[in-house]
Amino acid sequence: MKLLTGPAPHIHENISTRRIMLDVLIALTPSAILAVLMWGWYMLLLEIGSMAFAEFLEFFVMRVFRKKKDFVPDLSASVTALLLVFNVPAGISWWTMASGILVAIIIGKEIFGGIGNNPFNPALVGRLFMYISFPVAMITWPQVNWLHFWTPAYDVATTATPLGEAKLHGVAAATQLFHGLTWNSFLGLIPGSAGETSALLLIIGFLYLWWRKIVSYEIPVAYIGTTFVLSALFWFANPSAYYDPLTSIMVGGLMLGALFMATDPVTSPVTPLGKWIFGIGAGVITVLIRYIGAYPEGVNFAIILMNALVPFINQFTKRRVFGTVKENG
Amino acid sequence: MLVWRFKGGVHPPTKKLAKDSSIENLKASKRYSLFVAQNSGNPPKLLVQAGSEVKTGQKIAEADGFVSVPLHSPVTGKVVEIKKEKHPVTGRPADVVVIERTGEDEWVKLSAKPYTEYTPDEIKKRVAEAGIVGLGGATFPTHVKLSPSKKVDTVILNGAECEPYLTIDQRMMVEHPDEICKGGVAIAKAVGAAKIFVGIEENKPDAIESMKKAGSAFGIEVVALPTKYPQGSEKHLIYAITKKQVPSGGLPMDVGVVVDNVSTARAIYRALEFGEPLIERGLTLTGEGVKNQKNVIARIGTPVSDLLDYAEVSVESARVILGGPMTGIALESLEIGISKGTSGITVLPEGIVKKPAETNCIRCYRCVEACPTNLEPYLLYKMFKKKMFNEMKEEHLMDCIECGSCAYVCPANIDHVKAFKTAKLVVRTLGRR
Repeated sequence: MKLLTGPAPHIHENISTRRIMLDVLIALTPSAILAVLMWGWYMLLLEIGSMAFAEFLEFFVMRVFRKKKDFVPDLSASVTALLLVFNVPAGISWWTMASGILVAIIIGKEIFGGIGNNPFNPALVGRLFMYISFPVAMITWPQVNWLHFWTPAYDVATTATPLGEAKLHGVAAATQLFHGLTWNSFLGLIPGSAGETSALLLIIGFLYLWWRKIVSYEIPVAYIGTTFVLSALFWFANPSAYYDPLTSIMVGGLMLGALFMATDPVTSPVTPLGKWIFGIGAGVITVLIRYIGAYPEGVNFAIILMNALVPFINQFTKRRVFGTVKENG
Repeated sequence: MLVWRFKGGVHPPTKKLAKDSSIENLKASKRYSLFVAQNSGNPPKLLVQAGSEVKTGQKIAEADGFVSVPLHSPVTGKVVEIKKEKHPVTGRPADVVVIERTGEDEWVKLSAKPYTEYTPDEIKKRVAEAGIVGLGGATFPTHVKLSPSKKVDTVILNGAECEPYLTIDQRMMVEHPDEICKGGVAIAKAVGAAKIFVGIEENKPDAIESMKKAGSAFGIEVVALPTKYPQGSEKHLIYAITKKQVPSGGLPMDVGVVVDNVSTARAIYRALEFGEPLIERGLTLTGEGVKNQKNVIARIGTPVSDLLDYAEVSVESARVILGGPMTGIALESLEIGISKGTSGITVLPEGIVKKPAETNCIRCYRCVEACPTNLEPYLLYKMFKKKMFNEMKEEHLMDCIECGSCAYVCPANIDHVKAFKTAKLVVRTLGRR
């Protein structure tokens, strides 16, 4: 018999980074399909093309620049790419999209040393770059074009989004424009970025990840809960100027941000307490930007800002080590 | 009874393949090879040389200081060689006594009388003379545990056996509950404790029932524990039953508790009642790599190869592990003999043990969640890679119990435990300077 050696433990749970990333992709699939139903083939092209481009970039960097000859893609680049596609208007030009992917993968991730070493969520870095560089394209949303597969999204008439309209013309005008907003935004039948519109599908995807024990609930609950409570305060103070709290958590990419972007393990705290703080902080910043800041929506900035605080949060939310109690009994 | 669930831990498949096979006595081997260093603390000093004739139970090495125990010959025979061999635990060359069996057992026993007639001091003395160490695997000299410098009111017998595959403690509790209970009573008498518990994971209902039946006559309380690894860790077992946390860097006696493995309790009873020194132990022969799933009693020093012949290896390539799959040590040679700390030999085929190369940590927090000691393994490992040993110490490296839960759940295939063992050695060495 050939004796094999290796350190204990000799058995391992059947889990890998690739499997985790695959699960995230599975969780995002319902939303990805909905986006194609709403905006046609061009959406499908953006999704598949971005994932392929991101994987290519990462492969190229790892093999050519970092000389990792045994590098095998772990699908994390695809997750970044798909999340970025979900975060931009469906009619965005392919080259704008490609530049966003390039920034997300290279600046957002690889220059820090690849997966696990990036301080900021790469998809949000990419989106921020696109937001700043292509401000018009990033707020030009095509109308929902339900089940017209062959009509490209960039040919569809454009429209405002709920938060944008409210910022420009007030909530009353927006409510008139988006009839039945709360319910429609829960289902996803509102204009917005490609994959963020259906709260329902995003929640289903998240529950799948939670069931698979890939993510924990603290950040989404804290983030969405805080946004709900603070929005309620604004709404109570002046119902004609602000959305009701239920609508507030359905729009502006909050669900996508809270469920899938803020929960990125690399860029969020490790302990339960840290996760609560992270989620609450993101909620506060989001509402403040939405209602007091200059931008109509604040999820992107809120998460990026909280990302920056993660090392500090981790430092101050350590759990008490077993056996370091002061009193026993 | 209320049981306190520790935070963290993991649920590897328990795979108690040998749980229903009765304990068998292994037939004698031709040669026995005994590491002189079998106990933690000081290794004993050798009393024999090549050519010495020895009898079964004869002392062949004597204790060196208080935290040390003597070693006894497992058979009647002749010392043929004293050589150096790589010690599987330390990885360094260590003295090995090779004894060739020449015939039937001619016993040299210690004096004997009913176990109840020993005074506390006599019990401690006898346990030391008999060379008894913690049979759960830690091999800490038991008489030291029985001489606490603080008031002890509770004895806990550890029958958790949370390591997957291993079943010897379970079988001992099913087949020899009386001897275990009597050993427990002796331990309690030695330390002056009033209360005796037995902690058993609830996936061993036969052992629970058997111990309950036997224990009632002695006022011993059996506690069914949640099946969760590492429930059998001394500190977590104490917490489960008493809710007390052994202070960081402290010992069970700091919270008034002494913990001994159930097999250790049995060995104590036999040393008292029959005057038997510790020359044999029970162990499990198991794993998908062997045909016969067995629980056996084998003499200390029995070559691993003989045990594997008995269990019949059925695969081409495998890890042969001293102990269980979570904390055991993969052997590099099958010619070494089992020692006092060998609770099992687990043979795991390549398909089960192989794992892909390490990738980057993605801070998925699974290790943080799994750590039963509330450490942050991902952070410790990051520090380890930067050789930040002092920082690791501040992050409570020394509280790590090396249970392997972090490495078990890691999606990046990081060998945390290997790194932490190295780091602990470094910290200890630096501290000594």
